[in-house]
Amino acid sequence: MSVILVAEGLYKSFGAVSAANNINLSFERDTVASLIGANGAGKTTFLNMVTGYLKPDHGSIRCDGRELTLHSPREITGFGICRSFQIPQLFQSLSVRENLLVAEGIAAPMRVEETTDAVLERFGLAQYAARPAGLLPEGVRKLLDVALALVAKPRVLLLDEPTSGVAADEKFGIMDLVMGAVRGAGVTVLFVEHDMDIVSHYAARVVAFYDGRVIADGAPAQVLDDAEVQRYVIGEAPHEAA
Amino acid sequence: MSRDRTLPILAAAGVALLAAAPLAPQWLVFLLAIALAKGLVVLGLVLLMRTGLVSFGQGLYFGLGAYAAALLAHRAGLTDAALMIAAGTVCAAAVAAILGLLLARYREIFFAMLSLAFSMILYGLLVKSSALGSTDGFNLHAKSFAGIALAAGSERRVFYAVAVLLVFCVAWLLHRYLASHWGRLSAAIRDNELRVEYLGASVYRVVYLNYVAAGALAGMGGALAALAVGHVDPETAYWTTSGEFVFIAILGGTGNVMAPFLSAAIFEGLRTVANQYAPNVWQMSLGLAMLAIIMFLPGGLWTLLRRRSAA
Repeated sequence: MSVILVAEGLYKSFGAVSAANNINLSFERDTVASLIGANGAGKTTFLNMVTGYLKPDHGSIRCDGRELTLHSPREITGFGICRSFQIPQLFQSLSVRENLLVAEGIAAPMRVEETTDAVLERFGLAQYAARPAGLLPEGVRKLLDVALALVAKPRVLLLDEPTSGVAADEKFGIMDLVMGAVRGAGVTVLFVEHDMDIVSHYAARVVAFYDGRVIADGAPAQVLDDAEVQRYVIGEAPHEAA
Repeated sequence: MSRDRTLPILAAAGVALLAAAPLAPQWLVFLLAIALAKGLVVLGLVLLMRTGLVSFGQGLYFGLGAYAAALLAHRAGLTDAALMIAAGTVCAAAVAAILGLLLARYREIFFAMLSLAFSMILYGLLVKSSALGSTDGFNLHAKSFAGIALAAGSERRVFYAVAVLLVFCVAWLLHRYLASHWGRLSAAIRDNELRVEYLGASVYRVVYLNYVAAGALAGMGGALAALAVGHVDPETAYWTTSGEFVFIAILGGTGNVMAPFLSAAIFEGLRTVANQYAPNVWQMSLGLAMLAIIMFLPGGLWTLLRRRSAA
């Protein structure tokens, strides 16, 4: 499998706080990876740097060899990197259907109506189609936010806490819909997540952040068993050897 | 989903207004022509408001359109009304295309105040320039329309009929635009610019295009108003004129392309009556009307019509 996204020597500080401290990561095409860590560990900062919302103080981020740090979020979207947000970024006064029509109109102006209907069906949003986005339950808002990100058929999809604020029994349903939508499409998915059940169920690789650094990177079982991860991310003392 | 009846209503209103052209008294023809001209300016303002922007400087383009039409006759000796309207529209669009490069970067109060500042610069230039008539302005007189000579005394009715036709075409085009992807994109920008950029569209480009279109519409309105009045003066670019456009926009609401024309007609009618019977309390009554609209009809008078048709 070939590498699609590479971050090298990333540094980012906010005053005295270091949000990225020499981050070196690469992600292969058509894989699902989860970024974990406590609040303030640097996960969202990493996503924000990849998508151009934040410029790193030092370092480079490349997608298929193209340097991203020189580009705006809009240009980076054009390169095939799309994202959803921790707080869903929707068009509150527009209906669910209109939200999708806006996204479809930008991505593929020639075939808007037919693809919008298909997306509504695929994400189970058809029953909410006429409702203003500002009046949706949180789980549906999350789904719509992800659906908007997927409309442009990205090569890399970044999801910032796709199940936060969602009832526990809805989390797997949302993730199933999202993973079903990207399955077989060759999309590389990076999702930030705090629920370790979700992480171990959906991710093939886990990257753990702490204090702006990557403290563990590998298969879910291996990373979640790591002593530092147990201490700094999951918040449990590591199991003592018998 | 309710059927969109804007086009048939627009066409019926256009036919009725045209039929009234030879029959209505001169004062009514004049009042309606001014209302239609101002409605065009407000239509452009509504386009900006749909994008989340309020301009307190549309007087700049209204004044530019009026002066461009007048100068064409005054300086170049071209007295064809069609040319004068085209000159007013193109001149205002050209200036909007230049100023829009800067203004499209600003939002909220900064956009409103910058647009006001530019209109006051034009006002200052007009007032100080004796070549442009200074505070008195100057008269203009169109002798033909699209090459057809105008009979003496028929000018006002012809300009009125032209205004009706132009308003119909512009309102129909703008209605189509607002219902298209670009119209939705404008509303999306008003709601969430960040998301629009992350979907891959340029917010700056959409705001810029809407700004230029609003400028062109204001220029067209200015030229039509100048032809109807037969005179231009710096008041066309003064901040109170711009404020009047914002007032009419809020009065009518942004719900439909017909709202600006309805509210402009009500505004002009009220002003005419109030000037005659209560000239000293006219502005106070405007303030009270604004208060009532904001408190009870925040979507403007158009929401009343929508409620009636929904009932």
